[in-house]
Amino acid sequence: MQFLNGITLLLVYQLVGEITVRLLGLPIPGPVLGMVMLFVTLMIRGKAPESVDQASTALLSHLSLLFVPAGVGMMAHFGRIADEWVPITLALLLSTVITMVATALIMQVTTRWFAKPLPEKEGGNE
Amino acid sequence: MNEPGLQDIWVYLSASPLLGLTITLVAYGLAYRLYLKTNSSPLANPVVTSVAMLILLLLATGTSYSDYFEGGQFVHFLLGPATVALAVPLYQQFSRLRQLWLPVTISLFCGVVIAAGSSIGLARILGGSTEIQMSLAPKSATAPVAMGISEKIGGLPSLTAVLVVITGITGAVLGTKLFEWIRVRDDTAKGIAMGVAAHGIGTARAFQVSSQMGAFSGLAMALSAFATALLVPWLVDLLEAWLPV
Repeated sequence: MQFLNGITLLLVYQLVGEITVRLLGLPIPGPVLGMVMLFVTLMIRGKAPESVDQASTALLSHLSLLFVPAGVGMMAHFGRIADEWVPITLALLLSTVITMVATALIMQVTTRWFAKPLPEKEGGNE
Repeated sequence: MNEPGLQDIWVYLSASPLLGLTITLVAYGLAYRLYLKTNSSPLANPVVTSVAMLILLLLATGTSYSDYFEGGQFVHFLLGPATVALAVPLYQQFSRLRQLWLPVTISLFCGVVIAAGSSIGLARILGGSTEIQMSLAPKSATAPVAMGISEKIGGLPSLTAVLVVITGITGAVLGTKLFEWIRVRDDTAKGIAMGVAAHGIGTARAFQVSSQMGAFSGLAMALSAFATALLVPWLVDLLEAWLPV
């Protein structure tokens, strides 16, 4: 029952997100707005209810599975990918590598600049 | 002769979503087992093996993608609630996030702009069509977000979904080696980079390295989904103005 409640709540937030995005003509996708609204709710309540925690852990622990049907969609695009395979593969590969390297280095450098040096193995002392 | 019987069963199955859904779960189950057998080698990423198995199976049986997707859509649909679910790890890491909010904000902003800018730029230099450039632009965001943006900026949402998956796999396979080469050892920085560049598939990989890397990757994926939705349409307009095709 907990799990069902959790899934229901996630779907309700997604639905409200989708409706709000359409009503207000916002530039962000509905599930993202739903995520923001759930985050705000959790902040206000001060804790994540067991049901939501269970449902989100279940969904996120097999997140890779959810990408499989989209990945199989490759077969519907074989033609286009074959036509432009050089720009597609090179841009995708290089851009992913550049993004990952740059973000990791920027995060490392800015953490050293801005974060108060914390003693190791001790977090959350605000 | 039971040939006609089999034929009838096949006609029934190929018209029903049951088959597509079941083979998706079975293929993933097998792929995941293989992944565990190889001691979670990033090269045996379960998305790669299950997608490969499914494509071979569909081609061998002459099943179209749209027939398969009748069943596959039930799994695909869960990407929406999974995106909403990201609020939970985000909330759980909030105290750590609050300490690091400035580095995280700067890294996210730069990461999202670099991801979209470099893919548009590289595709343009390499002679890709505008449609390809726009389909590639949101590739580092999680699938439902990327597909929504792709549609807005003139890409092909279904092609974007494929590119998102390939990007995630690339990040998950190369990530840990890359971080070794550039000597980034902090799990926080590795997690943020993984989540920004390789969304959910990268996050699944990050959780294998450490729970802290996984949590930060999930956080970065959630925040960059939001940032990509806000920044990429604007970035495309800006590039249009500066570097007209």
